[in-house]
Amino acid sequence: MVVSPEISSSTAAEAQDVAWREYVREDRVHRSLYTDERVFNEEMVKVFGHTWVYLAHESQLPEPNSFVSTKLGLRPIIVTRDRRGGLHAVFNRCAHRAATVCREETGVAKSFQCPYHGWTFKNTGELVGAPWPQGYGPDFDKSEFGLGKVTRVDSYRGFIFGTLSEAAPPLADYLGEARPWLDYWIDRAPEGEVVVRSAAHRMGYRGNWKLAFDNAGDGYHPSFSHRSLLEMASRMGDSKDMSYFGKTPDDGPMKVYSLGNGHSVIDQRPNFDGPGSIWANQRPQPGREKFEELIRAKYPEDADRLLDISAGGQINLSIFPNLLIIGNQIQVIEPLSVDRTQLTWNATSIGGVPEEVNTMRMRTQEDFPAFGEPDDQANFEEVQRGLAVTEEEWVLMNRGLNVDGWQTIDENGVIVTAVTDEIHMRGYYEEWLRLMNGEPA
Amino acid sequence: MSQKIEDYSDTSSWSYHVDDSFYADLDRFSRVLAEDWPVAEVEPARAAEGFLAREARLIDEGRFNDWLELFGPDCLYWVPITPGGGNPRLEVSHAFDDCRRLTDRVYWLRTGLAFSQIPQSRTRRMISNMEVLDEPASGLRFIRSNFIVNEFRAGVAKSYTGWYGHVLQPQDGGWTIRLKQANLLDSEHIHENLTLVF
Repeated sequence: MVVSPEISSSTAAEAQDVAWREYVREDRVHRSLYTDERVFNEEMVKVFGHTWVYLAHESQLPEPNSFVSTKLGLRPIIVTRDRRGGLHAVFNRCAHRAATVCREETGVAKSFQCPYHGWTFKNTGELVGAPWPQGYGPDFDKSEFGLGKVTRVDSYRGFIFGTLSEAAPPLADYLGEARPWLDYWIDRAPEGEVVVRSAAHRMGYRGNWKLAFDNAGDGYHPSFSHRSLLEMASRMGDSKDMSYFGKTPDDGPMKVYSLGNGHSVIDQRPNFDGPGSIWANQRPQPGREKFEELIRAKYPEDADRLLDISAGGQINLSIFPNLLIIGNQIQVIEPLSVDRTQLTWNATSIGGVPEEVNTMRMRTQEDFPAFGEPDDQANFEEVQRGLAVTEEEWVLMNRGLNVDGWQTIDENGVIVTAVTDEIHMRGYYEEWLRLMNGEPA
Repeated sequence: MSQKIEDYSDTSSWSYHVDDSFYADLDRFSRVLAEDWPVAEVEPARAAEGFLAREARLIDEGRFNDWLELFGPDCLYWVPITPGGGNPRLEVSHAFDDCRRLTDRVYWLRTGLAFSQIPQSRTRRMISNMEVLDEPASGLRFIRSNFIVNEFRAGVAKSYTGWYGHVLQPQDGGWTIRLKQANLLDSEHIHENLTLVF
């Protein structure tokens, strides 16, 4: 059983003839995909570059000339709006001697001046000028020395993505079957207006970035990894949100959907029973009772809907490679090194609702980052430690594979299966493989 | 309404009291905690120092049930993401624990099932630069201090620096915590496993 696909080439560039298929089997993946720096370095070029990667949300760029500093893989970039509101992304790397030109996280700027030697660039990347131009020869052509560009930037209903690939399909096609799920999540806001708030939980763990992606579509782990949360939630008697993961969840109504292009979703909504049920099952937030009383008194016709959207959306939507929609949060995976990752949980408010609803959404969105996610991340770190065993080469993702009666394919090619099926991992690794092999979509 | 307050007065189980006026109090506390204060008299300064030292020791010894006893029924244990507090109505916090959520947090820590606390954090904290303000009109005592919390867990040593804002209310000849705010120097940046108690 043990073949030995340790990567033998000395650089990532030489690794291009590595048969990645040896590392991604039908039912397992090789440990080196989580531990080998050369794999990581190649991922940062190919996975975070050659496909659509989530960059920012339009609400973070509220006016003309707004900008947000972020990263595309390890590349520092600036996502900008031009003076007409058009979206761009440029490398945060001076064309001269490589210093970052923007050192603030957000703001409004028509141009960026490099603090090192004063080269100045428009927020769309073009070089405005270099100080004392007489020091450059007559053939110095400013048009050659703009900031490098993320060549394709597009937005889907406020979600801004970018890619360096000309071959990638249009963004809407790449999102594909994930779109209706994203639409559902956005349309929980009465006017479809989602606003990323300024305060975010920026959580770090000492493990590979894919451990977070593995987990996001994993319906197998909650009743074990989240035992403390489930135990806490039953402190006052009745069990709350997520308790349905506990008892043989494969027999319940929850399903996982493999959406293609590496995307998947766990739909928890069938566990809930009509309007008001999501709210009723939410673990208790500060001010919950007063809020419910107020909403029911002021909006008697609409109370259940307003209460439900004060709690989470009950889908776990994973959009490969770095966007996870969980609860009301827009979660972004930011790889730092082969064994270090930042997970940013962007809290959201929504337009078109009483302000109390958004306050309650803040309280809801503090719950899982405090009492759920840390236990997952502790387990990610222990996976990373376990992966140090070189003799055990494989990580399994075979649950649900060839199990009779679990998987059905709908008319759109979406595979629907039991919630603990590890189809999410198998699905995204096919996309990972395609990108690492440089194959067309 | 009075019947309801009677029924739901156990704030470790119910949260009717976190309303507009609760948030308005937080705004006011944040303003007071940002002001310059006169130097306190010796007696209140000594009492405040003793209170904080005891609280610190209860946490550092993992006596979380005893720690919980220091809080009043309308308390808030608050670790903001925006230093100084920001706007909690439209911002999330690392911890925004009313009495019920704080009771949950202690329960959660003590389940023995929280893998992020297996092994448990060992902590030892230093508190200094303490200032005290007694507010005669309200009877409240405000304490501002700097802290360094050293943590050791799972082979990793970390230290967290920041400042505390405590608001105490008199009760039975002593004091209970109305607000404990822990403002981390780098609260809005990356943190690994922030499950220790500040």
